[in-house]
Formats: sequence, C-alpha cells, structure tokens
Amino acid sequence: MLTVHSLGIDFISGSNRTHAVKGISFSIAPGETLALVGESGSGKSVTGLALTRLLQEPPAVYSSGEILFEGSDVLKMSPRELRRLRGGKIAYVFQEPSTSLNPVFTVRSQIAEALHLHRPEVRDIDGEVARCLDMVGIVDPSKRMHDYPHQLSGGMQQRVMIAMALACHPKLLVADEPTTALDVTVQAQILDQMRLIKQQIKMAMLLITHNFGIIGGIADRVAVMFRGAIVEHGATAEVLHNPQHPYTKALIGCIPQLGQHRRRLTTIDYSTLG
Amino acid sequence: MTSFLQIWLPNLAVLTVLLVCVFLAKVVARSDRWTVARRRLQRDKVGQLAAFVCLIYLLVGALETVVVPTQTGSRTLLQMLCSGVPQEKGYAAPMASTALSISSPNPLISKHLLGTDALGRDTLVQTLRATRAALWIGGLTSLVYIPLGVLLGILAAYYRGWVDDLVQYFYSTIAAVPEILMLVAILMVLGKGLGTMAIALGITGWVGMARLIRGEALRQMERPYVAAAKAMGQSHWNIITKHLLPNVMHLVVIKFVLGFSGLVLAEAVLSYLGVGAPVGTASWGAIVDASRSELSREPLVWWNLASASFALFLLVLCLNVLGDSLRRAFDPKSTS
Repeated sequence: MLTVHSLGIDFISGSNRTHAVKGISFSIAPGETLALVGESGSGKSVTGLALTRLLQEPPAVYSSGEILFEGSDVLKMSPRELRRLRGGKIAYVFQEPSTSLNPVFTVRSQIAEALHLHRPEVRDIDGEVARCLDMVGIVDPSKRMHDYPHQLSGGMQQRVMIAMALACHPKLLVADEPTTALDVTVQAQILDQMRLIKQQIKMAMLLITHNFGIIGGIADRVAVMFRGAIVEHGATAEVLHNPQHPYTKALIGCIPQLGQHRRRLTTIDYSTLG
Repeated sequence: MTSFLQIWLPNLAVLTVLLVCVFLAKVVARSDRWTVARRRLQRDKVGQLAAFVCLIYLLVGALETVVVPTQTGSRTLLQMLCSGVPQEKGYAAPMASTALSISSPNPLISKHLLGTDALGRDTLVQTLRATRAALWIGGLTSLVYIPLGVLLGILAAYYRGWVDDLVQYFYSTIAAVPEILMLVAILMVLGKGLGTMAIALGITGWVGMARLIRGEALRQMERPYVAAAKAMGQSHWNIITKHLLPNVMHLVVIKFVLGFSGLVLAEAVLSYLGVGAPVGTASWGAIVDASRSELSREPLVWWNLASASFALFLLVLCLNVLGDSLRRAFDPKSTS
C-alpha cells in the first residue's frame, strides 16, 4: 500500500545542508504495523511527516527517492490532492495531546470538522462523533464530546486525538510518539486500545517511537533508524531477541528491566558505532 | 441631491448598523459557545450594567444620527427632542439663575442642569449630541483598522517568507512617518468629515494591530494544533479562520476597547488642528479643545470640560468592563 523508495530529505539553513534522512526504503502492507524506532534526531519523525509532505519547504528539501501511496507518488501531488490525502487516507496522532487540540473548540466540533472535511456524506454528526469516541474507550461519549480540551486528562486528550484521526477512516495511521507524554499505566491502556481498533478496522499503522519497550505487543515489523538511515529491519520478535546491528543491541540494552538491581542505567557508547 | 444625501445617508447608516447587529446576534446565538456564555453573562451584574450604559450611548448616538426634514431645514431627532431647551447669551454655571461675567446680573431664561457654553448652548445637550461623533469615529475607524490589521498580521505570521517581509515593510514605512503628519496629509487629500477622518485614522492605526496579531499568531503557529490541522488536510483558509483567528481574538477585543478612547482623543487633536470634523459638529474633542481658554478665565469655567470628559470616561469605562465580561464569558478556559 505504502512504499518508500530511497527517500532522502535535507534541511537547508544558510549555506549549511543537513542530511536528515539518507535514502531510506520501507513498505507497509494494508493492516500491517511497522514500528520506526530510533533516538531523538535520528530522522524518524521527519520521515513520518514526509509521508504527506507536511515538512515546511524550505528549509526541508526532498532530495531523492519517491513515496508511493496506493500507486501514486506523494512528492508529485498537487496541494489539493495532498489535502485530500492528509487526514483522509493518512492520519496522524502526535506526541503532545494537550496542545494538539485547539483550545477554543469543543471536542465535538473538532471531530465534526474532520468529518466535514473527509466524510461530508455523514448526516448524523453527533452520532458519528459519539461512535468514534466510544471506539477509543471514552465513557459517556455523548456527554464528554461537549467538553473543551482542557477539561480532559492527558490520556483522554490522546484518545480524542486518536478518535479524530480514526473518524475519517484512514488507510494508514502515523502515530508519532503517541504515548510518550503519558504516564506508564495510561500508555499501556492507549496501546491496547490502538491494537484493538487496528484489528477491528484493518488499518495499517506506522508507529514512531524511541521506546523499544512498547512495540513488542503491537508492531509486526521493526525498522531501526540511526543518523538518518535504517540500520536494521525485520520482524519484531526477531529484532528484539536477536538484534544484528550494534546500535540496535545498544538500544535494546538501554531498556530498564524490572527487578534488576543495577546502580547505573546502560548508556550507548557512540564512539564504537562509527 | 445634496438634501437627499444629507437626510437619507445618515438614516440609512443607522438602519444598516441595526441590521448588522441583528445579523451578528443571530450568528452568535447559533454557536454552541453561546449557551455557556449566556449563563455566565446572566450572573455578571456589573457586565450587564456596562452593557446597559453602552446601549444608552448607542441610542443617543442613533438619535443624533437620524435626520428628519423640517420646514427650517433638516434636524436630528435629538435636536427635536431637546428643542424645548432655550439658548442663553453666554456662559452660565450649572443650575445658576444668572449668566457669568456680565456687569449687571442677567437673568437666564431657564436653569441649565450642567450650565451653558460660550454661545449659551446647554452643556448637557451639547455633550449628548457629541456622542454621535465619538461613536462614528470609534466605530468606523475600528471597522477600518481591525480587519486590516488582523488580516495582514495573520497572513504575515502564517505564510512567513515574502508575505511577512512585505507586510513588515508596509507597516514599518507607515510607522516611520510621524502619525500627525500622515493624518493631516490624508485628510488634506480626502477632505474634512467624520468618514474621511475614520479612514485616515484607520490607515495609520492598523500598524499596532498588525504587529500585535502577527506576534501572537507566530506564537500560535508553533503550537502543535496548527500542525495537527495541517495533517488533517485543512485548507490554508480554514486554518487561518478556524484555528488562528479564534486564538488571537482576545487581543482584538482588548485592543478595540483600549483603542476607542484614543480614537476619540485623536479626533479632538485633529479638530484642534483644523482638519477634523467640520465646524459646528458637536464633539467631545471640540469641547475639550475649547476648554483650554475656559480654564484660564476668571471665574473658572469647568463644566464643559467636566461634562465632556465624564461622558468620554463613562463610555470607555463601560466598554472596558463590557469587553472584559465578554472575554470571560466566551473564554472556554474560565471556570464555572
């Protein structure tokens, strides 16, 4: 469904040219979940945003490669086609739920706006909004949808963001660090919910994270990014249990284990990675 | 033709303002924020009082704007209502029974609640009549500079790049010319009158607005909900009107209210320079201007200045309170 072929992205500031993404390739089949794992600055978020050309151009430049979504190249689309793609076919969930919602509108009107954009045929807006909120596990949705974002907890806000993304029946959900801003118990709930929904509506997902700990139960395959390149790519269980690249090994080594009584957390020694 | 313009244009203007108000009220009443806002406003007694006083000002301004043709030429409704108040020969203090500074005491025809001015006109009536000029200047200028400043400020912040450069170039150029010079030049070209004065003040006034809005919009642009809206596939226009505009609106309300008194005073300054309202137009600015010589008289003539200042003060105070109440009532983040 989605094929990224030797995609390169540069950032230009003044006379400096930074290679943020260096010719990466991956693909996602319908209903599949790919986890893109890497540390801050490895280019994983940039890759996620590039899928619908959300990067500000300039400074960003798509220097090489192609992004094929259902056969057409995203990099060659007109602004109009891109708008239809964004939200409608490829939806996003961002890291900061508290600021990703517009503070001056109710939850209902924000989801209704998404419906209006991509599913204008929906007549019963209230019913559809309530259905979406119910799907992400919000109790009493017909009442909560009249709340403003600040009246909800962080976990609820993220559920609303997911509901908004799902409202338009996207083929692919790009979840960029969806649980990083939440505390651990809520993280688990949200991830469970996402896994359930994904099975229900057969949607593909690109899960972008720095945390190897959360991908185990949810991702089919993992791609590990390091300094703008994919250094390892494979089935989740295989990569987790038998990592090949030294960076992957180091990253997995950094996950703190419950019950271990070590005085220091493991860190990555970059000098050995080249 | 001139009589037609003189009579029907002001009346049409009042009618238009009325219709616009009704239309806006209907739009507001339909929005889902209104139900919460109304509940809060019903509990806000001070805000209601301020709204009531503002409405009275509007009514007085409208009475002075509506023109009725009579045998002796056209007169405003307010003039006709006050036609029973007689004219004296000179200054008279509030509630005095004789005129000032005439060697033999000169009995007045009737008592005047707030005294009379140099021409013997009742101060209270003059102050009420001047409401029209203040409301027209404040209202019309705001109609010019707020849309201009908000639009250009948001566009500059949203598109950045050359749009931003162009807008900044424009407002820096206008800000670089001394404001009074600019106003006088524009009024010289366009001619005297309340309408042209509003245009001139609007052309110079949007700079501050645009700067303010551009700064706030730049801040809002950094917030992820704008990025989320883009990722949702929203058009530029939708993001600007539905996401940026409501989030900078609180500044517009504050700037409008605070700017209002400045505009009324600007009218006084321009009238003083002789490029303001046509001679004979009642305005608080003109009254304040005339009081410069009155304050050095013996005995002191203070009531004209006091009346005009108080009328202006009350209007600005009530607008401030009302603006605050509205902002609180429509702010989703305020509790209760």
